[in-house]
Amino acid sequence: MYRYDEFDATFVRERVRQFRGQVERRLAGEITEDQFRPLRLQNGVYLQLHAYMLRVAIPYGTLSSRQLRKLGYIARRYDRGFGHFTTRQNIQYNWPQLDEIPAILDHLAEVEMHAIQTSGNCIRNVTADHYAGVAVDEIEDPRVYAEIIRQWSTLHPEFAFLPRKFKIAVTGAPTDRAAIRVHDIGLRMLKNESDEVGFEVWVGGGLGRTPVVGVPIRSFLPKQHLLSYLESILRVYNQLGRRDNLYKARIKILVTATGTEEFTRLVEEEWQSIKDSALTLPQEEIDRIQTYFAPPAYESLPDWQPEFEAARKANPEFGRWVQSNVKPHKVPGYAIVDVSLKPEGGAPGDASGDQMDIVADLADEYSFGEIRVTHHQNLVLANVRKQDLFALWQRLSASKMATANVGFITDMIACPGLDYCNLANARSIPVAQRISRHFSDPKRIADIGELRLNISGCINACGHHHVGHIGILGVDKQGEEFYQITLGGSSRDDASVGKIVGPSFSTEDVVGAIETIVDTYLDKRASSDERFIDTYRRIGIDPFKESLYGNSKARRPAAE
Amino acid sequence: MSAQMVTANRLQDGIVVYLAQDGKWATQFESGELLADKEAAEAALAVAEESVKACQVLSVYLIDVETENGKPKPTSTREHIRASGQPTVRAEVGSWTGRIGD
Repeated sequence: MYRYDEFDATFVRERVRQFRGQVERRLAGEITEDQFRPLRLQNGVYLQLHAYMLRVAIPYGTLSSRQLRKLGYIARRYDRGFGHFTTRQNIQYNWPQLDEIPAILDHLAEVEMHAIQTSGNCIRNVTADHYAGVAVDEIEDPRVYAEIIRQWSTLHPEFAFLPRKFKIAVTGAPTDRAAIRVHDIGLRMLKNESDEVGFEVWVGGGLGRTPVVGVPIRSFLPKQHLLSYLESILRVYNQLGRRDNLYKARIKILVTATGTEEFTRLVEEEWQSIKDSALTLPQEEIDRIQTYFAPPAYESLPDWQPEFEAARKANPEFGRWVQSNVKPHKVPGYAIVDVSLKPEGGAPGDASGDQMDIVADLADEYSFGEIRVTHHQNLVLANVRKQDLFALWQRLSASKMATANVGFITDMIACPGLDYCNLANARSIPVAQRISRHFSDPKRIADIGELRLNISGCINACGHHHVGHIGILGVDKQGEEFYQITLGGSSRDDASVGKIVGPSFSTEDVVGAIETIVDTYLDKRASSDERFIDTYRRIGIDPFKESLYGNSKARRPAAE
Repeated sequence: MSAQMVTANRLQDGIVVYLAQDGKWATQFESGELLADKEAAEAALAVAEESVKACQVLSVYLIDVETENGKPKPTSTREHIRASGQPTVRAEVGSWTGRIGD
């Protein structure tokens, strides 16, 4: 993985020193909160419901075991023993003291980490396919380009005060595991007719108040022009994006208002003026970054591992975990392991400092010391020998991180909601916990099959509810928490925004409503192989409405 | 108008606090001063603003308070969760025994 050079290390240390001075001046009353707020936000420090919150960047979701151990240490030493992995592949601490945050940042700098650009109207942490470098269908490792984008976007003087925050995702495979179509810019690697590798460029996707699936504006961008093209998009957005209305400031609004054709023309026009400038990526630089992501020293192994296959058959629980949490690896004899952070009754994405230590140890023992964070709020050990899977499963089970549910209904994305967040209208985590308890039978959730259920506590949609096959949005109705349900969303190649199924449900009724939706799907699916989303697309929303509300309008809850 | 209370977050650690009758900030909701009318609320806010200037607290605002079984409690779910000092979902937070040493 990428290692800091002398410039990176000095830059991060200098930034911590600056922030320490800013905190000291704030505490001494030399600067007001209005003056301090943009400074703390640029260093990932929010004020939340109960306390400050610190968001730490995990570039493209890749961590070394040393870094994960440090995150665990910070959780125990400076927080309340746990952290929350987010949909931006970052981690958040919920209780840091302001006067101790510079010390936390010092610890992070020791392991080449920071919290820069995890907040504010700038280019945020670049995300990537969590199976980067190991996926069977991958063309190239997207982290190489995510790292190049990270270096270009860090403290980019022109883009430090954009109209609004800006999120970029990269996938190196035809299968989109990085939700690129719901990002401000999404990049998908592909080959052209001459077998050259480049990018398909998507813009204007996003969730929040106005969910939009992005549009492709360039079908093939040669690699060497990646930065000049990104710079062109950002320039058009920076110049024309709205700054008068917070809710209309994202690039998706600009692209929609301008029209794809005109927006593309503006970008291409800008690009012509900078295309062959200093932003052109030399192949040597791509090669240099590539060396950081060189494959580990894999052993030459047969793909068929008799002991593993025997263990699968002998132990149904292990077999179920393999079925849902283990994915094919590009190297024979190896597998990708999803470490579920969605135990029954747990808070999705939360991990204790001790669990972080355990995963770090397991990464050292079984996966070349590397860990990934997924935007689904799980962890990944990307390089596990098949012959080690049973032992790894036993160790993960002992730490409640082997729930066999990845991709299933209980593998929910959930934002912190009203339990932590200043912006939330309703709680997300208790609903997730109740759903995970309700659907606790592993055989049943496997029978239901692939089903993405996402929960947000407010319209800002940090829980990606719009792109859940089933989405739940918490709303406040005269001081009471209610939950609106959407159906038919997806963040993948078939990206779509879910439709509201009808009037919202009370806290008491929302889990029952999910059960009704699942039962309707099971009743209507063409076969056990037809996924929820496919059944929904085949039969539409009406059968679900009918099951939930009946035919009679009189039986429906009061309209909102 | 329902009774109100002044709340804020402590500057140094961000912890939720309530303005008590003696002008000090308390971490317990029950210790906050109940403000029966607009004049009392405005006077309390003026005291709180002094604390903001003195770098003791930030994010000062009034919350509505109702009485149940003779005890005051925040009216909204949000403020109820804030007043409890912890999320409603992590039993471990309640039993958290403190940070590790250096």
